[in-house]
Amino acid sequence: MTSKKPVNHSIVVASDPSAIVGISRRILSSLKANKFSQEDIFAVHLALEEAFINSIKHGNKMDPTKEVKIDYSVTLDKIEISVTDQGKGFQPDAVPDPRFGDNLYKAGGRGLFLMRSYMNEIKFNESGNSLRMVKYKGKSSLAEIQTPPQS
Amino acid sequence: MAAIKPKISVQYTENATVITFTTEKILEEKDIQSIQESIMSVIEQAERINLILDFSSVKFLSSAVLGLLIRVSKRIYERDSRLSLCSINPKIYEIFKITRLTKIFDIYPDIESAAEGLPQPG
Repeated sequence: MTSKKPVNHSIVVASDPSAIVGISRRILSSLKANKFSQEDIFAVHLALEEAFINSIKHGNKMDPTKEVKIDYSVTLDKIEISVTDQGKGFQPDAVPDPRFGDNLYKAGGRGLFLMRSYMNEIKFNESGNSLRMVKYKGKSSLAEIQTPPQS
Repeated sequence: MAAIKPKISVQYTENATVITFTTEKILEEKDIQSIQESIMSVIEQAERINLILDFSSVKFLSSAVLGLLIRVSKRIYERDSRLSLCSINPKIYEIFKITRLTKIFDIYPDIESAAEGLPQPG
């Protein structure tokens, strides 16, 4: 279904890794219907998976009694997704850059970086348990990644 | 009973062990854990190994897979062995590139070029 006017969808799921499958399918299908490119669809898919995993793993600590709320709206020009968990939150700016020094050799810590790399906008609420991310059709964010000076 | 499809296949060549990921999407923690156990088991079978991980079927993966590869590479290093990755599609390769993992993994276009020049694992 193609949309000029944003239609907001809201879904609440349990902290279960497989819970994202159906939502992801719906979102990606909506992107396809709104003529987003394969590159955009890949980017949104990756960011969504990373955001969801972070929410259930780091936010809700895999507590099956805690939930994740996903809100999204897709138009011809952009998709907005919000992911909110029931955790205490965190400080996104305190997450180290996984590309440099010892961090490069760590097994974890790349999810947030990938979300920032593949979406055009990403913003957390004050406590850090809710994020909103935006992808504009055809607007790559990969080229805009600034490589910080190496220490 | 539904058949469980293995997530990897293993092939032994003259100078390398090739592990091919057989699923298009590698996302769920339990699948990644299962794949890791399988790969580590293959590594442990030999004193030294030339391991090639073949991504030809993989169209999508999460950052947890990158973590798996880091852990595998550490085990490979501990065993004085060698690890190469190959047949990574451009979208997946972009993930490796922007996370700078192209600096720590040897990545080849295909199995043949990954196997070329490998010494006998002995």
